[in-house]
Amino acid sequence: MNLDLRIPMGLMFTMTGAILTAFGLATRDNTGLYARSLGIDANLWWGIVLLVFGITMLVLGRRNQMRMMNQPPGAKPADEGQPRRGH
Amino acid sequence: MQLTSVDWLIMLLYFFFVLGIGFALKRYMKTSKDFFQAGRALPAWICGLAFISANLGAQEVIGMGASGAKYGLETAHFYGIGAIPAMIFVGIFMMPFYYGSKARSVPEFLRLRFDEKTRALNACSFAVMTVFSSGISMYAMARLIQALHVFDGLFRSLGWPQDWIFTFSIVLSAVIVLLYIFLGGLTSAIYNEVLQFFLIVAGFLPLVLLGLKNIGGWAGLKASLPAAYMHEWKGMLHASTNPMGVDIIGIGMGLGFVLSAGYWCTDFLVIQTAMASENMESARRVPLIAAIPKMVFPFLVILPGLIAIGLPTPHTTEVVHNENGVIYHEISVVPEVAQEGRGLIPAKVNPVTGKVMLDASGKPLLDYDMATPNMLLHYFPTGILGLGLTALLASFMSGMAGNVTAFNTVFTYDLYQSYIHKGAPDKHYLAVGRWATVGGILLSIGTAYAAINFNNIMDTLQLVFSFVNAPLFATFLLGMFWKRTTGHGAFTGLVAGTLAAMAHHGLTLPMEADPGIHGGWITVLHRYPSDMAQNFYGAIFAFSANFIIAVLVSLVTRPRPDEELVGLVRSLTKMPSHEHLPWWKRPEALAAAILVACAALNIFFA
Repeated sequence: MNLDLRIPMGLMFTMTGAILTAFGLATRDNTGLYARSLGIDANLWWGIVLLVFGITMLVLGRRNQMRMMNQPPGAKPADEGQPRRGH
Repeated sequence: MQLTSVDWLIMLLYFFFVLGIGFALKRYMKTSKDFFQAGRALPAWICGLAFISANLGAQEVIGMGASGAKYGLETAHFYGIGAIPAMIFVGIFMMPFYYGSKARSVPEFLRLRFDEKTRALNACSFAVMTVFSSGISMYAMARLIQALHVFDGLFRSLGWPQDWIFTFSIVLSAVIVLLYIFLGGLTSAIYNEVLQFFLIVAGFLPLVLLGLKNIGGWAGLKASLPAAYMHEWKGMLHASTNPMGVDIIGIGMGLGFVLSAGYWCTDFLVIQTAMASENMESARRVPLIAAIPKMVFPFLVILPGLIAIGLPTPHTTEVVHNENGVIYHEISVVPEVAQEGRGLIPAKVNPVTGKVMLDASGKPLLDYDMATPNMLLHYFPTGILGLGLTALLASFMSGMAGNVTAFNTVFTYDLYQSYIHKGAPDKHYLAVGRWATVGGILLSIGTAYAAINFNNIMDTLQLVFSFVNAPLFATFLLGMFWKRTTGHGAFTGLVAGTLAAMAHHGLTLPMEADPGIHGGWITVLHRYPSDMAQNFYGAIFAFSANFIIAVLVSLVTRPRPDEELVGLVRSLTKMPSHEHLPWWKRPEALAAAILVACAALNIFFA
């Protein structure tokens, strides 16, 4: 399949993470809001986690796509797919 | 519940990406193989995550939380001796036949191995089951959205009547699932299932972390619950000494050997994702890869239930304090349903009278299904709450989507192409598959509405499914490992197993239940300590009846010649060799590592 899932997935988590981080930063001082999450700014911290995860996925997906583009069309990448014999 | 624009933004973002993946994949859908089998070209890790995500529907996320609250850590048996050994078995021993036979679906495998009538029986019952299951999933989601008041604020601000929320939820989920499967077929369903998998982890992991921190970590959780709740194995030898009321034979044979193996090894809903992978080696690795996160899932889905019941029950309090001679009364009122419940789990309310429902001994009945949703509302502030709710919606959709793709494949290949219209060009079947998707979803919507009007329809349907499913594993086991098994044997065995399951249910009853939907509708010969025990033993009876009848009938009917069974039976098939791989990269090594880890987890929670 020519669409590497890690790219849309990475994008989605990066955007979700960015939204949560920004919102968490903006509401950092709102103790009433974070009373239910035990005083922890859950949005900020979990937003950062998702941001890191999203960017990692994005980088991995991009790198794989670059490698696929450098391969001649129709050929399978050397390290996946068909078994290598006699190495 | 107050949702703000951040929550809506996160939910919309998810819908946007789910549909976007469908649109992006549309141009790759050229043949029916692309549509129904994802072109058999997906990498193992994607199929592996989709393998467990297809099962991560409502019954998993909500049901396991409910079961955790009701039975405690014993629920982890569904993973430890249920799912994980079965996943290893299907990957190592069964996948070579599924993938190697070039069958396009599980019923088609039955035709290759046995005969046309066995396939027809399995295809018809499976098609009906998938449609109803996705309808039940839809119904459960709409009810949950109503109970949590997710859309109430939105509807108020738009000036729409609140009665439309049920229909709106059903139509919204149906349209989204329909669109992305219609456009991108199985690939789209699998890609979205992976997306949903990560979203479910992202939504539930912070919930477990916050809950554990609040209750005082693992030690605090232990201290707040009865001792039996925190053991997976203690008291398992006898039914009266564990909360589930099951003994070791019921768990080991019934749950482990029959029910779980039957589900994970024969249900096309999960098998289809493994059959979509790019080569035999990946196909065998798919269930094994799936088993790794499956081991961690008890923490994500069962713990919220345990924490919910361990927390202190809220009560109406009145604080009086005196400020400069003025006396203030601060009253925080807790609704009766919450006060009568336990921890965060509310009591069940009779929808007609509005009163709390009591059991025979006068204690309030608890609405365990609200355990996990209430945890979300309790701990998540706006923002991350949107993420949690999106994860919940994602779990419902992934369960539905798996059913829908399984339905359209079985309908098109095993019913339409085989019995209605043979020999049409491939394009025709691609179109039929797309329209079967539409038809399947419309039927599911019908089921969801039927569930409102007939209270018992969901329980009845699930009961009938269990009759059909319980004996299935015996048929596959005999078919794959005993070449003497004949088509007549398989068919009569299946029918006998289903009849045995029905008879067992009609003759037994769990303790404290009245004859009817719970069993005993013929006459009550035996009473089980719990409905779980009845369920597990029913499966053992069904499996044994199928096994014995299939063997007997096979012995008196003519077997197929050996050369027709190459690639379908173990003794006549060369098992795929992975000698070109270093030993630690072979599926068997992965399987062994998972077994060790699984045993370690069982010991840790014993």
